[in-house]
Amino acid sequence: MKQRIARVFLYVLLVGAAVFYLTPIYVLLVTGFKSFQEVNLATMWALPSGVYLDNFAAAFVKLAPNLSNSLSLTVAGTIISAFLGSLNGYVLSKWKFRGADALFTAMLFGMFIPYQSILIPLVRFMQTIGLYGRLWGLVLVHVIYGIPMTTLIFRNYYATVVPNEMVEAAHMDGADLLGIYRHVMLPLAIPGFVVVMIWQFTSIWNEFLFAVTLTSPRYWPVTVALQNLAGSQIVEWNVQMAGAFLAALPTLLVYIFMSRFFLRGLMAGALKG
Amino acid sequence: MRIRKDRLLAVVLISPSVLAIAIFVYAFIAWTMRASVSAWKGLLPDYTFVGLTNFVTLFRNPRFQIDMRNTGIFTVLFLATCLAIGLVLAVLLDQRPKGEAVFRNVYLFPMAISFIVTGVVWRWLLNPATSVERLSGLNLLFHQAGLDFLISQWYTHSRLGIAAIVIPATWQMSGFTMALYLAGLRSVPDELREAARVDGASEWQIYRYIVLPMLNAVTLSAIIMLGHTSLKIFDLVMAITQEGGKGFSADVPAMNMWYTAFRALRFGQGAAIAIIILVSVAVLIVPYLVYTFRTEVEQ
Repeated sequence: MKQRIARVFLYVLLVGAAVFYLTPIYVLLVTGFKSFQEVNLATMWALPSGVYLDNFAAAFVKLAPNLSNSLSLTVAGTIISAFLGSLNGYVLSKWKFRGADALFTAMLFGMFIPYQSILIPLVRFMQTIGLYGRLWGLVLVHVIYGIPMTTLIFRNYYATVVPNEMVEAAHMDGADLLGIYRHVMLPLAIPGFVVVMIWQFTSIWNEFLFAVTLTSPRYWPVTVALQNLAGSQIVEWNVQMAGAFLAALPTLLVYIFMSRFFLRGLMAGALKG
Repeated sequence: MRIRKDRLLAVVLISPSVLAIAIFVYAFIAWTMRASVSAWKGLLPDYTFVGLTNFVTLFRNPRFQIDMRNTGIFTVLFLATCLAIGLVLAVLLDQRPKGEAVFRNVYLFPMAISFIVTGVVWRWLLNPATSVERLSGLNLLFHQAGLDFLISQWYTHSRLGIAAIVIPATWQMSGFTMALYLAGLRSVPDELREAARVDGASEWQIYRYIVLPMLNAVTLSAIIMLGHTSLKIFDLVMAITQEGGKGFSADVPAMNMWYTAFRALRFGQGAAIAIIILVSVAVLIVPYLVYTFRTEVEQ
Protein backbone atom coordinates (compact mmCIF):
# COMPACT_ATOMS: atom_id res chain seq x y z
CA MET A 1 0.00 0.00 0.00
CA LYS A 2 2.68 2.44 1.07
CA GLN A 3 4.62 1.60 -2.04
CA ARG A 4 1.57 2.17 -4.20
CA ILE A 5 1.10 5.68 -2.76
CA ALA A 6 4.78 6.43 -3.39
CA ARG A 7 4.36 5.29 -6.98
CA VAL A 8 1.32 7.54 -7.51
CA PHE A 9 3.21 10.44 -5.95
CA LEU A 10 6.12 9.77 -8.33
CA TYR A 11 3.86 10.09 -11.37
CA VAL A 12 2.16 13.20 -10.01
CA LEU A 13 5.57 14.88 -9.72
CA LEU A 14 6.73 13.69 -13.14
CA VAL A 15 3.56 14.88 -14.85
CA GLY A 16 3.63 18.17 -12.94
CA ALA A 17 7.15 18.83 -14.17
CA ALA A 18 6.14 17.93 -17.73
CA VAL A 19 3.30 20.49 -17.53
CA PHE A 20 5.84 23.18 -16.55
CA TYR A 21 8.10 22.37 -19.53
CA LEU A 22 5.22 22.12 -21.99
CA THR A 23 3.26 25.23 -20.95
CA PRO A 24 5.19 27.65 -23.21
CA ILE A 25 4.75 25.26 -26.13
CA TYR A 26 1.01 25.09 -25.42
CA VAL A 27 0.72 28.89 -25.51
CA LEU A 28 2.88 29.02 -28.63
CA LEU A 29 0.67 26.54 -30.47
CA VAL A 30 -2.79 27.70 -29.36
CA THR A 31 -1.84 31.25 -30.26
CA GLY A 32 -0.32 30.24 -33.56
CA PHE A 33 -3.40 28.31 -34.70
CA LYS A 34 -5.95 31.01 -33.85
CA SER A 35 -7.48 33.18 -36.54
CA PHE A 36 -6.65 36.88 -36.48
CA GLN A 37 -10.18 37.67 -35.18
CA GLU A 38 -9.80 35.30 -32.26
CA VAL A 39 -6.49 36.60 -31.03
CA ASN A 40 -6.92 38.50 -27.80
CA LEU A 41 -4.63 38.77 -24.82
CA ALA A 42 -7.59 38.17 -22.51
CA THR A 43 -8.24 34.73 -24.03
CA MET A 44 -4.59 33.80 -24.34
CA TRP A 45 -5.04 30.38 -22.69
CA ALA A 46 -8.18 29.35 -24.59
CA LEU A 47 -8.02 26.76 -27.36
CA PRO A 48 -8.52 28.01 -30.94
CA SER A 49 -11.95 27.44 -32.49
CA GLY A 50 -10.37 25.66 -35.41
CA VAL A 51 -7.03 25.32 -37.14
CA TYR A 52 -6.09 28.57 -38.84
CA LEU A 53 -2.72 29.27 -40.37
CA ASP A 54 -3.05 33.08 -40.56
CA ASN A 55 -0.39 33.70 -37.95
CA PHE A 56 2.11 31.25 -39.37
CA ALA A 57 1.59 32.65 -42.86
CA ALA A 58 2.09 36.21 -41.65
CA ALA A 59 5.21 35.24 -39.68
CA PHE A 60 6.60 33.25 -42.58
CA VAL A 61 6.22 36.19 -44.97
CA LYS A 62 8.18 38.34 -42.54
CA LEU A 63 10.86 35.79 -41.67
CA ALA A 64 11.39 33.86 -44.92
CA PRO A 65 14.53 35.76 -46.00
CA ASN A 66 15.99 35.33 -42.52
CA LEU A 67 15.17 31.63 -42.35
CA SER A 68 17.00 31.30 -45.63
CA ASN A 69 19.99 33.24 -44.25
CA SER A 70 20.02 31.02 -41.18
CA LEU A 71 19.94 27.92 -43.34
CA SER A 72 22.93 28.97 -45.50
CA LEU A 73 24.85 30.14 -42.47
CA THR A 74 24.18 26.99 -40.48
CA VAL A 75 24.84 24.48 -43.25
CA ALA A 76 28.11 26.11 -44.32
CA GLY A 77 29.29 26.64 -40.74
CA THR A 78 28.40 23.11 -39.67
CA ILE A 79 30.16 21.35 -42.55
CA ILE A 80 33.38 23.37 -42.31
CA SER A 81 33.48 23.07 -38.50
CA ALA A 82 32.97 19.33 -38.53
CA PHE A 83 35.73 18.78 -41.08
CA LEU A 84 38.17 21.03 -39.20
CA GLY A 85 37.31 19.43 -35.87
CA SER A 86 37.83 15.93 -37.22
CA LEU A 87 41.34 16.83 -38.44
CA ASN A 88 42.28 18.60 -35.22
CA GLY A 89 40.93 15.78 -33.08
CA TYR A 90 42.85 13.24 -35.15
CA VAL A 91 46.15 15.07 -34.75
CA LEU A 92 45.63 15.77 -31.04
CA SER A 93 44.68 12.18 -30.22
CA LYS A 94 46.92 10.11 -32.51
CA TRP A 95 49.88 12.34 -33.41
CA LYS A 96 50.64 13.94 -30.08
CA PHE A 97 53.68 16.16 -30.29
CA ARG A 98 55.38 17.64 -27.25
CA GLY A 99 53.02 20.14 -25.62
CA ALA A 100 49.98 18.85 -27.52
CA ASP A 101 47.92 18.40 -24.35
CA ALA A 102 48.76 21.85 -23.00
CA LEU A 103 47.90 23.31 -26.38
CA PHE A 104 44.57 21.50 -26.31
CA THR A 105 43.75 22.90 -22.87
CA ALA A 106 44.66 26.38 -24.10
CA MET A 107 42.26 25.85 -27.01
CA LEU A 108 39.48 24.69 -24.68
CA PHE A 109 39.60 27.99 -22.83
CA GLY A 110 38.21 29.53 -26.03
CA MET A 111 35.02 27.54 -25.50
CA PHE A 112 34.29 29.14 -22.16
CA ILE A 113 35.18 32.77 -22.69
CA PRO A 114 32.32 35.23 -22.64
CA TYR A 115 32.27 36.47 -26.23
CA GLN A 116 31.78 40.03 -24.98
CA SER A 117 35.50 39.97 -24.24
CA ILE A 118 36.48 39.61 -27.91
CA LEU A 119 33.55 41.37 -29.56
CA ILE A 120 35.00 44.86 -30.03
CA PRO A 121 38.26 43.65 -31.68
CA LEU A 122 36.23 41.17 -33.72
CA VAL A 123 34.10 43.95 -35.22
CA ARG A 124 37.22 45.99 -36.06
CA PHE A 125 38.89 42.93 -37.58
CA MET A 126 35.88 42.04 -39.72
CA GLN A 127 35.67 45.64 -40.93
CA THR A 128 39.35 45.53 -41.89
CA ILE A 129 39.07 42.32 -43.92
CA GLY A 130 35.80 43.50 -45.49
CA LEU A 131 33.54 40.79 -44.10
CA TYR A 132 31.65 42.98 -41.61
CA GLY A 133 27.91 42.88 -42.19
CA ARG A 134 28.13 39.87 -44.51
CA LEU A 135 26.93 36.32 -44.03
CA TRP A 136 30.34 34.81 -44.84
CA GLY A 137 31.88 36.82 -42.05
CA LEU A 138 29.46 35.24 -39.61
CA VAL A 139 30.23 31.77 -41.01
CA LEU A 140 33.94 32.39 -40.43
CA VAL A 141 33.29 33.51 -36.85
CA HIS A 142 31.20 30.43 -36.06
CA VAL A 143 33.82 28.13 -37.56
CA ILE A 144 36.60 29.71 -35.50
CA TYR A 145 34.80 29.83 -32.18
CA GLY A 146 33.50 26.32 -32.86
CA ILE A 147 37.05 24.91 -33.04
CA PRO A 148 37.41 24.16 -29.30
CA MET A 149 34.15 22.20 -29.03
CA THR A 150 34.47 20.29 -32.31
CA THR A 151 38.10 19.44 -31.56
CA LEU A 152 37.15 18.29 -28.06
CA ILE A 153 34.41 15.96 -29.27
CA PHE A 154 36.54 14.40 -32.02
CA ARG A 155 39.66 14.12 -29.87
CA ASN A 156 37.80 12.21 -27.17
CA TYR A 157 35.89 10.20 -29.74
CA TYR A 158 39.00 9.03 -31.60
CA ALA A 159 40.84 8.39 -28.33
CA THR A 160 38.12 6.01 -27.11
CA VAL A 161 36.93 4.44 -30.37
CA VAL A 162 40.08 3.97 -32.46
CA PRO A 163 42.86 1.98 -30.70
CA ASN A 164 46.38 3.34 -31.12
CA GLU A 165 47.49 -0.13 -32.29
CA MET A 166 45.24 0.23 -35.32
CA VAL A 167 46.92 3.49 -36.30
CA GLU A 168 50.38 1.97 -35.73
CA ALA A 169 49.52 -1.09 -37.81
CA ALA A 170 48.32 1.08 -40.69
CA HIS A 171 51.52 3.06 -40.39
CA MET A 172 53.59 -0.16 -40.56
CA ASP A 173 51.69 -1.07 -43.71
CA GLY A 174 52.99 2.10 -45.29
CA ALA A 175 50.02 4.45 -44.86
CA ASP A 176 51.01 8.01 -44.10
CA LEU A 177 49.23 10.52 -41.86
CA LEU A 178 46.64 11.53 -44.42
CA GLY A 179 46.20 7.96 -45.68
CA ILE A 180 45.38 6.79 -42.15
CA TYR A 181 42.93 9.66 -41.75
CA ARG A 182 41.24 8.85 -45.01
CA HIS A 183 41.13 5.05 -44.77
CA VAL A 184 41.14 4.27 -41.04
CA MET A 185 39.73 7.25 -39.13
CA LEU A 186 37.03 8.63 -41.43
CA PRO A 187 35.12 5.36 -41.87
CA LEU A 188 35.00 4.97 -38.07
CA ALA A 189 34.18 8.61 -37.43
CA ILE A 190 30.56 8.73 -38.64
CA PRO A 191 28.98 8.80 -35.14
CA GLY A 192 31.49 11.51 -34.16
CA PHE A 193 30.46 13.54 -37.19
CA VAL A 194 26.78 13.15 -36.31
CA VAL A 195 27.35 14.41 -32.76
CA VAL A 196 29.49 17.35 -33.88
CA MET A 197 27.19 18.33 -36.73
CA ILE A 198 24.11 18.29 -34.52
CA TRP A 199 25.96 20.32 -31.93
CA GLN A 200 27.14 22.94 -34.43
CA PHE A 201 23.80 23.03 -36.26
CA THR A 202 21.97 23.75 -33.01
CA SER A 203 24.48 26.29 -31.71
CA ILE A 204 24.82 28.22 -34.96
CA TRP A 205 21.08 28.25 -35.69
CA ASN A 206 20.31 29.49 -32.17
CA GLU A 207 23.15 32.00 -31.84
CA PHE A 208 22.32 35.66 -31.33
CA LEU A 209 25.21 37.81 -30.01
CA PHE A 210 27.59 37.45 -32.98
CA ALA A 211 24.70 37.68 -35.43
CA VAL A 212 23.23 40.88 -34.03
CA THR A 213 26.64 42.53 -33.80
CA LEU A 214 28.18 41.44 -37.09
CA THR A 215 25.44 41.30 -39.75
CA SER A 216 23.54 44.00 -41.58
CA PRO A 217 19.71 43.65 -41.79
CA ARG A 218 19.90 42.00 -45.21
CA TYR A 219 21.86 39.09 -43.76
CA TRP A 220 20.15 38.82 -40.41
CA PRO A 221 19.61 35.21 -39.38
CA VAL A 222 16.24 34.31 -37.92
CA THR A 223 17.17 34.90 -34.25
CA VAL A 224 17.99 38.55 -34.90
CA ALA A 225 14.93 39.08 -37.08
CA LEU A 226 12.69 37.47 -34.47
CA GLN A 227 14.09 39.63 -31.71
CA ASN A 228 13.45 42.61 -33.95
CA LEU A 229 9.83 41.54 -34.54
CA ALA A 230 9.37 41.15 -30.80
CA GLY A 231 10.72 44.62 -30.19
CA SER A 232 8.51 46.36 -32.72
CA GLN A 233 5.23 47.89 -31.61
CA ILE A 234 3.56 47.22 -34.97
CA VAL A 235 3.83 43.44 -35.15
CA GLU A 236 1.12 41.68 -33.14
CA TRP A 237 2.17 39.29 -30.38
CA ASN A 238 0.39 36.38 -32.06
CA VAL A 239 2.57 36.81 -35.14
CA GLN A 240 5.62 36.97 -32.85
CA MET A 241 4.57 33.66 -31.29
CA ALA A 242 4.13 32.03 -34.69
CA GLY A 243 7.54 33.41 -35.70
CA ALA A 244 9.10 31.96 -32.56
CA PHE A 245 7.68 28.58 -33.50
CA LEU A 246 9.11 28.79 -37.03
CA ALA A 247 12.51 29.79 -35.64
CA ALA A 248 12.49 26.89 -33.18
CA LEU A 249 11.22 24.24 -35.58
CA PRO A 250 14.47 23.13 -37.31
CA THR A 251 16.43 22.51 -34.11
CA LEU A 252 13.37 20.98 -32.44
CA LEU A 253 13.04 18.48 -35.28
CA VAL A 254 16.72 17.63 -35.03
CA TYR A 255 16.23 17.13 -31.30
CA ILE A 256 13.13 14.96 -31.69
CA PHE A 257 14.73 12.66 -34.23
CA MET A 258 18.29 12.60 -32.93
CA SER A 259 18.02 13.26 -29.21
CA ARG A 260 20.56 10.54 -28.40
CA PHE A 261 23.31 12.27 -30.39
CA PHE A 262 22.22 15.68 -29.17
CA LEU A 263 22.62 14.51 -25.60
CA ARG A 264 26.08 13.12 -26.33
CA GLY A 265 27.22 16.54 -27.56
CA LEU A 266 25.84 18.18 -24.44
CA MET A 267 27.63 15.70 -22.23
CA ALA A 268 30.91 16.08 -24.10
CA GLY A 269 30.90 19.76 -23.26
CA ALA A 270 30.23 19.14 -19.59
CA LEU A 271 32.08 15.98 -18.67
CA LYS A 272 35.37 16.03 -20.51
CA GLY A 273 35.29 12.61 -22.13
CA MET B 1 62.35 9.67 -42.11
CA ARG B 2 58.76 8.89 -43.02
CA ILE B 3 57.71 9.30 -39.38
CA ARG B 4 59.42 12.65 -39.20
CA LYS B 5 57.59 13.82 -42.33
CA ASP B 6 54.26 12.76 -40.82
CA ARG B 7 55.09 14.44 -37.50
CA LEU B 8 55.76 17.65 -39.37
CA LEU B 9 52.55 17.31 -41.37
CA ALA B 10 50.59 16.82 -38.12
CA VAL B 11 51.86 20.15 -36.84
CA VAL B 12 51.13 21.81 -40.19
CA LEU B 13 47.58 20.47 -40.21
CA ILE B 14 46.73 21.80 -36.80
CA SER B 15 48.49 25.15 -37.12
CA PRO B 16 45.65 27.07 -38.85
CA SER B 17 43.35 26.24 -35.93
CA VAL B 18 46.00 27.06 -33.36
CA LEU B 19 46.72 30.34 -35.10
CA ALA B 20 43.01 31.18 -35.31
CA ILE B 21 42.52 30.55 -31.58
CA ALA B 22 45.72 32.48 -30.76
CA ILE B 23 44.40 35.50 -32.64
CA PHE B 24 40.64 35.34 -32.13
CA VAL B 25 40.79 34.35 -28.47
CA TYR B 26 44.08 35.41 -26.88
CA ALA B 27 45.15 38.38 -29.01
CA PHE B 28 41.61 39.74 -29.08
CA ILE B 29 41.35 39.52 -25.29
CA ALA B 30 44.62 41.47 -25.04
CA TRP B 31 43.20 43.98 -27.52
CA THR B 32 40.03 44.37 -25.43
CA MET B 33 42.20 44.91 -22.35
CA ARG B 34 44.05 47.63 -24.18
CA ALA B 35 40.74 49.22 -25.19
CA SER B 36 39.48 49.05 -21.61
CA VAL B 37 42.22 51.45 -20.48
CA SER B 38 41.73 53.79 -23.43
CA ALA B 39 39.62 56.88 -24.05
CA TRP B 40 37.98 55.32 -27.15
CA LYS B 41 34.59 56.90 -27.83
CA GLY B 42 32.97 57.10 -31.24
CA LEU B 43 33.55 55.12 -34.42
CA LEU B 44 37.28 55.75 -34.77
CA PRO B 45 39.58 53.97 -32.31
CA ASP B 46 41.42 56.20 -29.87
CA TYR B 47 43.97 54.35 -27.76
CA THR B 48 44.96 57.28 -25.56
CA PHE B 49 45.90 55.67 -22.25
CA VAL B 50 43.59 56.73 -19.42
CA GLY B 51 44.59 54.24 -16.74
CA LEU B 52 41.75 52.72 -14.78
CA THR B 53 39.37 55.65 -15.37
CA ASN B 54 36.84 53.45 -17.21
CA PHE B 55 36.72 50.97 -14.35
CA VAL B 56 36.42 53.69 -11.70
CA THR B 57 33.59 55.34 -13.66
CA LEU B 58 31.86 51.97 -13.93
CA PHE B 59 31.92 51.14 -10.26
CA ARG B 60 30.44 54.56 -9.53
CA ASN B 61 27.78 54.19 -12.20
CA PRO B 62 24.32 53.40 -10.72
CA ARG B 63 23.38 51.23 -13.70
CA PHE B 64 26.49 49.09 -13.33
CA GLN B 65 25.90 48.77 -9.59
CA ILE B 66 22.43 47.42 -10.36
CA ASP B 67 23.99 45.05 -12.92
CA MET B 68 26.45 43.61 -10.40
CA ARG B 69 23.71 43.12 -7.84
CA ASN B 70 21.44 41.55 -10.47
CA THR B 71 24.15 39.13 -11.65
CA GLY B 72 24.73 38.06 -8.06
CA ILE B 73 21.03 37.45 -7.38
CA PHE B 74 20.52 35.78 -10.75
CA THR B 75 23.52 33.45 -10.44
CA VAL B 76 22.61 32.26 -6.94
CA LEU B 77 18.92 31.70 -7.71
CA PHE B 78 19.56 30.18 -11.13
CA LEU B 79 22.14 27.71 -9.82
CA ALA B 80 20.03 26.77 -6.81
CA THR B 81 16.84 26.13 -8.79
CA CYS B 82 18.56 24.29 -11.65
CA LEU B 83 20.54 22.03 -9.33
CA ALA B 84 17.52 21.30 -7.12
CA ILE B 85 15.07 20.66 -9.96
CA GLY B 86 17.68 18.75 -11.95
CA LEU B 87 18.54 16.48 -9.04
CA VAL B 88 14.92 15.82 -8.07
CA LEU B 89 13.90 14.99 -11.63
CA ALA B 90 16.94 12.73 -12.07
CA VAL B 91 16.15 10.82 -8.86
CA LEU B 92 12.50 10.47 -9.97
CA LEU B 93 13.53 9.15 -13.39
CA ASP B 94 16.04 6.86 -11.72
CA GLN B 95 13.02 4.96 -10.27
CA ARG B 96 12.49 3.79 -13.87
CA PRO B 97 8.87 4.92 -14.25
CA LYS B 98 6.83 3.93 -17.29
CA GLY B 99 7.46 6.33 -20.15
CA GLU B 100 10.84 7.33 -18.73
CA ALA B 101 12.24 8.25 -22.16
CA VAL B 102 9.23 10.45 -22.93
CA PHE B 103 9.53 12.36 -19.65
CA ARG B 104 13.28 12.76 -20.14
CA ASN B 105 12.86 14.14 -23.64
CA VAL B 106 10.13 16.55 -22.49
CA TYR B 107 12.38 17.91 -19.71
CA LEU B 108 15.35 18.31 -22.00
CA PHE B 109 13.84 19.72 -25.19
CA PRO B 110 14.18 23.42 -24.18
CA MET B 111 17.96 22.96 -24.50
CA ALA B 112 17.49 22.58 -28.25
CA ILE B 113 15.88 25.97 -28.81
CA SER B 114 17.43 29.40 -28.67
CA PHE B 115 17.28 31.83 -25.77
CA ILE B 116 15.64 34.28 -28.20
CA VAL B 117 12.69 31.97 -28.86
CA THR B 118 12.42 31.24 -25.14
CA GLY B 119 12.56 34.95 -24.44
CA VAL B 120 9.86 35.86 -26.97
CA VAL B 121 7.45 33.31 -25.54
CA TRP B 122 8.19 34.08 -21.88
CA ARG B 123 7.95 37.80 -22.56
CA TRP B 124 4.22 37.23 -23.05
CA LEU B 125 3.87 34.73 -20.24
CA LEU B 126 5.54 37.22 -17.92
CA ASN B 127 3.51 40.18 -19.16
CA PRO B 128 3.87 42.68 -16.31
CA ALA B 129 0.47 44.38 -16.61
CA THR B 130 -1.30 44.05 -13.25
CA SER B 131 -4.59 45.93 -13.73
CA VAL B 132 -7.46 43.43 -14.03
CA GLU B 133 -8.68 44.49 -17.48
CA ARG B 134 -5.18 44.21 -19.00
CA LEU B 135 -4.04 40.94 -17.43
CA SER B 136 -2.39 38.37 -19.67
CA GLY B 137 0.05 35.49 -19.53
CA LEU B 138 0.68 33.90 -16.13
CA ASN B 139 -1.01 36.80 -14.33
CA LEU B 140 -4.21 36.07 -16.26
CA LEU B 141 -3.93 32.37 -15.48
CA PHE B 142 -3.49 33.12 -11.76
CA HIS B 143 -6.47 35.49 -11.83
CA GLN B 144 -8.69 32.92 -13.56
CA ALA B 145 -7.65 30.31 -10.99
CA GLY B 146 -8.49 32.67 -8.14
CA LEU B 147 -4.85 32.97 -7.12
CA ASP B 148 -4.66 36.75 -7.43
CA PHE B 149 -2.00 37.01 -4.72
CA LEU B 150 0.45 35.44 -7.19
CA ILE B 151 0.00 38.25 -9.73
CA SER B 152 3.37 39.91 -10.19
CA GLN B 153 5.10 42.73 -12.02
CA TRP B 154 7.69 40.12 -13.04
CA TYR B 155 10.79 41.56 -14.70
CA THR B 156 9.66 45.15 -14.14
CA HIS B 157 9.65 44.82 -10.34
CA SER B 158 12.14 47.40 -9.09
CA ARG B 159 14.01 45.21 -6.60
CA LEU B 160 13.33 41.63 -7.72
CA GLY B 161 12.83 42.05 -11.48
CA ILE B 162 15.90 39.95 -12.19
CA ALA B 163 14.42 37.00 -10.27
CA ALA B 164 11.66 36.76 -12.90
CA ILE B 165 14.32 36.02 -15.53
CA VAL B 166 15.38 33.00 -13.47
CA ILE B 167 12.07 31.27 -14.38
CA PRO B 168 12.64 31.06 -18.17
CA ALA B 169 16.37 30.46 -17.64
CA THR B 170 15.57 27.52 -15.37
CA TRP B 171 12.93 26.33 -17.81
CA GLN B 172 15.64 26.17 -20.46
CA MET B 173 18.57 24.74 -18.50
CA SER B 174 17.21 22.56 -15.68
CA GLY B 175 16.64 19.65 -18.07
CA PHE B 176 20.33 19.75 -18.87
CA THR B 177 21.15 19.53 -15.15
CA MET B 178 18.72 16.61 -14.92
CA ALA B 179 20.54 14.83 -17.76
CA LEU B 180 23.91 15.34 -16.06
CA TYR B 181 22.61 13.99 -12.74
CA LEU B 182 20.84 11.08 -14.40
CA ALA B 183 24.05 10.05 -16.16
CA GLY B 184 25.78 10.29 -12.77
CA LEU B 185 23.11 8.19 -11.04
CA ARG B 186 23.23 5.53 -13.72
CA SER B 187 26.98 5.20 -13.25
CA VAL B 188 26.53 4.19 -9.60
CA PRO B 189 26.97 0.39 -9.64
CA ASP B 190 23.79 -1.55 -8.84
CA GLU B 191 25.80 -3.94 -6.62
CA LEU B 192 26.51 -1.05 -4.26
CA ARG B 193 22.82 -0.30 -3.78
CA GLU B 194 22.03 -4.00 -3.57
CA ALA B 195 24.63 -4.49 -0.85
CA ALA B 196 23.20 -1.58 1.15
CA ARG B 197 19.68 -2.97 0.75
CA VAL B 198 20.85 -6.35 2.06
CA ASP B 199 22.36 -4.54 5.05
CA GLY B 200 18.90 -3.14 5.76
CA ALA B 201 19.31 0.43 4.54
CA SER B 202 16.11 2.21 3.48
CA GLU B 203 15.83 3.68 -0.04
CA TRP B 204 16.18 7.15 1.46
CA GLN B 205 19.34 6.16 3.35
CA ILE B 206 20.81 4.62 0.20
CA TYR B 207 20.41 7.93 -1.63
CA ARG B 208 21.51 10.05 1.29
CA TYR B 209 24.67 8.14 2.25
CA ILE B 210 25.73 6.22 -0.84
CA VAL B 211 24.41 7.70 -4.07
CA LEU B 212 24.43 11.47 -3.45
CA PRO B 213 28.05 11.63 -2.22
CA MET B 214 29.06 10.02 -5.52
CA LEU B 215 27.46 12.86 -7.44
CA ASN B 216 29.82 15.59 -6.20
CA ALA B 217 31.80 15.61 -9.45
CA VAL B 218 28.56 16.00 -11.43
CA THR B 219 27.49 18.90 -9.23
CA LEU B 220 30.84 20.58 -9.84
CA SER B 221 30.47 20.20 -13.64
CA ALA B 222 26.93 21.52 -13.48
CA ILE B 223 27.99 24.53 -11.41
CA ILE B 224 30.73 25.33 -13.94
CA MET B 225 28.40 25.06 -16.93
CA LEU B 226 25.45 26.91 -15.37
CA GLY B 227 27.69 29.47 -13.66
CA HIS B 228 29.41 30.57 -16.82
CA THR B 229 26.09 30.71 -18.67
CA SER B 230 24.66 32.91 -15.97
CA LEU B 231 27.60 35.33 -15.70
CA LYS B 232 27.45 36.17 -19.41
CA ILE B 233 23.68 35.89 -19.96
CA PHE B 234 22.53 38.25 -22.70
CA ASP B 235 20.10 36.88 -25.33
CA LEU B 236 17.39 35.91 -22.88
CA VAL B 237 17.37 39.25 -21.07
CA MET B 238 17.45 41.06 -24.40
CA ALA B 239 14.48 39.12 -25.78
CA ILE B 240 12.37 39.51 -22.64
CA THR B 241 13.14 43.07 -21.64
CA GLN B 242 14.53 44.65 -24.85
CA GLU B 243 16.44 47.26 -22.82
CA GLY B 244 16.85 45.84 -19.34
CA GLY B 245 13.39 46.23 -17.85
CA LYS B 246 11.97 49.17 -15.94
CA GLY B 247 14.80 51.30 -14.58
CA PHE B 248 17.25 48.45 -15.34
CA SER B 249 15.27 46.16 -13.03
CA ALA B 250 16.48 43.13 -15.01
CA ASP B 251 19.66 44.55 -16.55
CA VAL B 252 22.88 42.48 -16.57
CA PRO B 253 26.52 43.38 -17.38
CA ALA B 254 26.42 41.77 -20.84
CA MET B 255 23.44 43.95 -21.81
CA ASN B 256 25.15 47.04 -20.46
CA MET B 257 28.31 46.13 -22.39
CA TRP B 258 26.46 45.72 -25.68
CA TYR B 259 24.50 48.95 -25.42
CA THR B 260 27.50 50.92 -24.14
CA ALA B 261 29.80 49.73 -26.92
CA PHE B 262 27.57 49.24 -29.94
CA ARG B 263 24.76 51.73 -29.34
CA ALA B 264 26.40 54.53 -27.37
CA LEU B 265 29.77 53.88 -29.09
CA ARG B 266 31.65 54.26 -25.81
CA PHE B 267 34.07 51.47 -26.67
CA GLY B 268 36.55 52.12 -23.85
CA GLN B 269 33.79 51.81 -21.28
CA GLY B 270 32.25 48.79 -23.05
CA ALA B 271 35.64 47.04 -23.11
CA ALA B 272 35.99 47.62 -19.36
CA ILE B 273 32.64 45.86 -18.74
CA ALA B 274 33.74 43.03 -21.04
CA ILE B 275 36.94 42.57 -19.04
CA ILE B 276 35.00 42.44 -15.78
CA ILE B 277 32.73 39.73 -17.22
CA LEU B 278 35.79 37.84 -18.48
CA VAL B 279 37.51 37.96 -15.10
CA SER B 280 34.39 36.71 -13.32
CA VAL B 281 34.10 33.78 -15.75
CA ALA B 282 37.85 33.03 -15.62
CA VAL B 283 37.80 32.80 -11.82
CA LEU B 284 35.29 29.98 -12.30
CA ILE B 285 36.75 28.25 -15.37
CA VAL B 286 40.54 28.38 -15.13
CA PRO B 287 40.92 26.29 -11.94
CA TYR B 288 38.50 23.77 -13.45
CA LEU B 289 40.43 23.51 -16.74
CA VAL B 290 43.78 23.22 -14.93
CA TYR B 291 42.33 20.54 -12.65
CA THR B 292 40.84 18.56 -15.57
CA PHE B 293 44.12 18.80 -17.48
CA ARG B 294 46.14 17.61 -14.47
CA THR B 295 43.96 14.60 -13.78
CA GLU B 296 44.13 13.65 -17.45
CA VAL B 297 47.93 13.78 -17.36
CA GLU B 298 47.97 11.64 -14.21
CA GLN B 299 45.86 9.01 -15.92
